[in-house]
Amino acid sequence: MGEQRRGGCAVRDHSERERREWEVEKESGEAAEEPLRAGLRFDLQAIADWVLPGERVLDLGCGDGALLAYLTQEKGVVGYGIENDLNKVIACLERGVNVIQSDLDRGLAGFEDGFFDRVIMSQALQAMHNTQGILQEMLRVGREAVVSFPNFAFWKHRKSVLEGRMPVSESLPHQWFNTPNIRFFTVADFVTLCELLDIVVFEWRGFDDEGRALSPADDLNFLAALAIARLGRR
Amino acid sequence: MVGRSVGVVTPQRMVFEEPLVLRSGAVLPRYELVYETYGELNAAKSNAVLVCHALSGSHHVAGYYADDPRNVGWWDNFVGPGKPLDTRKFFVIGVNNVGGCFGSTGPRSIDPTTGEPYGSRFPFVTVEDWVEAQARLADRLGIAEFAAVIGGSLGGMQALSWALQFPDRVRHVLAIATTPKLSAQNIAFNEVARQAIMSDPDFHGGDYYRYGVVPKRGLMLARMIGHITYLSDDAMAEKFGRTLKYGEVRFSYDVEFEIESYLRYQGEKFSRYFDANTYLLTTRALDYFDPAAEYGGDLAQAFARAEAEFFVLSFSTDWRFSPVRSREIVAALVHSEKRVSYLEIESRAGHDSFLLEHPHYHAAVRAYLNGVRV
Repeated sequence: MGEQRRGGCAVRDHSERERREWEVEKESGEAAEEPLRAGLRFDLQAIADWVLPGERVLDLGCGDGALLAYLTQEKGVVGYGIENDLNKVIACLERGVNVIQSDLDRGLAGFEDGFFDRVIMSQALQAMHNTQGILQEMLRVGREAVVSFPNFAFWKHRKSVLEGRMPVSESLPHQWFNTPNIRFFTVADFVTLCELLDIVVFEWRGFDDEGRALSPADDLNFLAALAIARLGRR
Repeated sequence: MVGRSVGVVTPQRMVFEEPLVLRSGAVLPRYELVYETYGELNAAKSNAVLVCHALSGSHHVAGYYADDPRNVGWWDNFVGPGKPLDTRKFFVIGVNNVGGCFGSTGPRSIDPTTGEPYGSRFPFVTVEDWVEAQARLADRLGIAEFAAVIGGSLGGMQALSWALQFPDRVRHVLAIATTPKLSAQNIAFNEVARQAIMSDPDFHGGDYYRYGVVPKRGLMLARMIGHITYLSDDAMAEKFGRTLKYGEVRFSYDVEFEIESYLRYQGEKFSRYFDANTYLLTTRALDYFDPAAEYGGDLAQAFARAEAEFFVLSFSTDWRFSPVRSREIVAALVHSEKRVSYLEIESRAGHDSFLLEHPHYHAAVRAYLNGVRV
C-alpha cells in the first residue's frame, strides 16, 4: 500500500519485506483497528490517554476541535482551543468547542502562570516561528505539556533523502514548495532542545507511518514517523 | 444579503407600575418600555433572544414599518429568516432602554409628579438598571430564560451584565465589539461630547423642552466626535482621503474637505431625531460600566457567578473598543473556567464593523447560534 495513495514522487518503493509485514498485520486486523479507536485519530487518542479526568486543558492549534470535543465529553475536562485559521475556528464553533482565535507566534500573553494542568500542541510545532518561545510559554501556563511532531529522521524519510528527494508521506504530506512546515527536526534534535531549555521529557510515544504504536524500547528516532512527548519542569 | 427581511413590524408597549429602583438610589415610580419582537416564541418558551442596543440604537432592530417602509431596523442585516440570528429558530426581542428617546420612558417623557417633561430631573441610568428593566419585560412576556442575549458595543456590556445579574436566566452571551470598562481615552471622548451639548445656549440645563428648543448644535458636535471614534483611520482614508469638496482650497472655514461634509451631515441628521439628554445619560452609563470594580478590579472574580456560555467578537481596526479589550474579557472568562470562544474579525471599518455585513463575522455568528439548543 502507499505508493498510489501517497502520490508525488517520493517514498516510491517499499521493500518486499515491509509489504509482507503490512499484509500480515492487515489480516490480523491490527492496522485497521488502531487508527479508528473511539473515532479519534490515533495520535490524538494517544494524547487523550495522558489526560486525566477534570483537568484544565489548553490545546494549541486545535484545528476543528476533535480532541477537545472528545476530552470534554469523555473526561469532563475544562478545555480551550487556540486556533488562528478562520475556517477551523468556525468548525469549532459548530461543534460547541471553546475556541480562542489567536496567533500562537505571539505567545500566550493573558493566560496566568500555571493555570492549566496540560497544554497540548498536536503537529503544529514544526510550523511555528518561535519554537523555543512557545515551548517555554506552554510550560509557563501549564503544569505539563504534550507535543506531537513528525520525525524527519524516520527511516523512510532518511531513505528518501538518500535517494535525493525530500520526503513526502502521510506524516509529511506536502511538497517542499508548499509545506506549511518551517522547522525540520528529529526526535533526537527535540531531546537536545529540551535539555537546552531545561525541559524534562517524562514519556515518549511513537507511531510508524501506518499509525501503529511502537514499543517504548524501540529506537523512535529511526522507527517513528510521528512522535509524542509528555513534558514538564523538574 | 443572505436571508430575508422579517417584513412589516409593529412596536409594542409595556407599562410597569411597580417602581424601578436605580443603582444611583433614585426611583422611577412607573415606566414604559417599547419593544419589538420577531419570530415565534416556542411552546417551551426556550427560544427567546434579547438584542441590546448601543448608544444610538432602539427597539427597532429589524424589519420596517408599514407606514414608513424606509425606516429599516438598525440590525436588519443580522436578524431575520435565514440571517445569522435566524428568526425561524429564535424569538427575538428588541427593547428601547429606559432613558431612551424612541418611546420608552426617558427625559422627554412627562414626569407624573410635575406634569412636565423630566428633562434635567431624569435620574441617571446604568447598564445594570437597563438589564433590570429588560428582565422585568421578560417576566411579563413569560420568558424565564433567554437562549441568548446579544449586543454590540454598549449592547455588549448589557449582554455581559445579564450573565452577572441573572446567571440562571441566560444560556449564551454574544458580546461584540465591546469592553469590560471604558478607558480614560473613551471617557475623554464622552466628556467632550457632553460638554458640546451642555455648553449649547439652547441646552437650558437640560430643560430645553420648556423653551421649545433643542441644543441642536451641541448634539451635532457630540455626534461628529462620536463618528470619528466609530471609523478607523484606514476607513476614513479610503472613503474620504483628503478629497476636496470643490476641487480646490477656498481659504474658508466652510466645508472644504469631504470628511468635514460627511461629519456635518451625520451630526446634523442625528441632531434632528435624537434627544440630547438621552445622549448625556447614555454616555454616562458607558462611563460607569465596570463590573470588576466591586471585586477590586478582578474581572475573573466578577465573572465567577456567570453560568452562561460566551462568544466574544472583536474587529481588527476597532480602536474605540479594540481587540485587546475583548481579549481581557476572554482571559477573565477562561480564568473563571467559563465556556468562552473568541474571534477577531479582519475588518477595515473600525468600531462600526459590528453593524455591517461581513461574511466571516456573519458566518461565525451563524455557526455559534446553530449550536445553541432551544
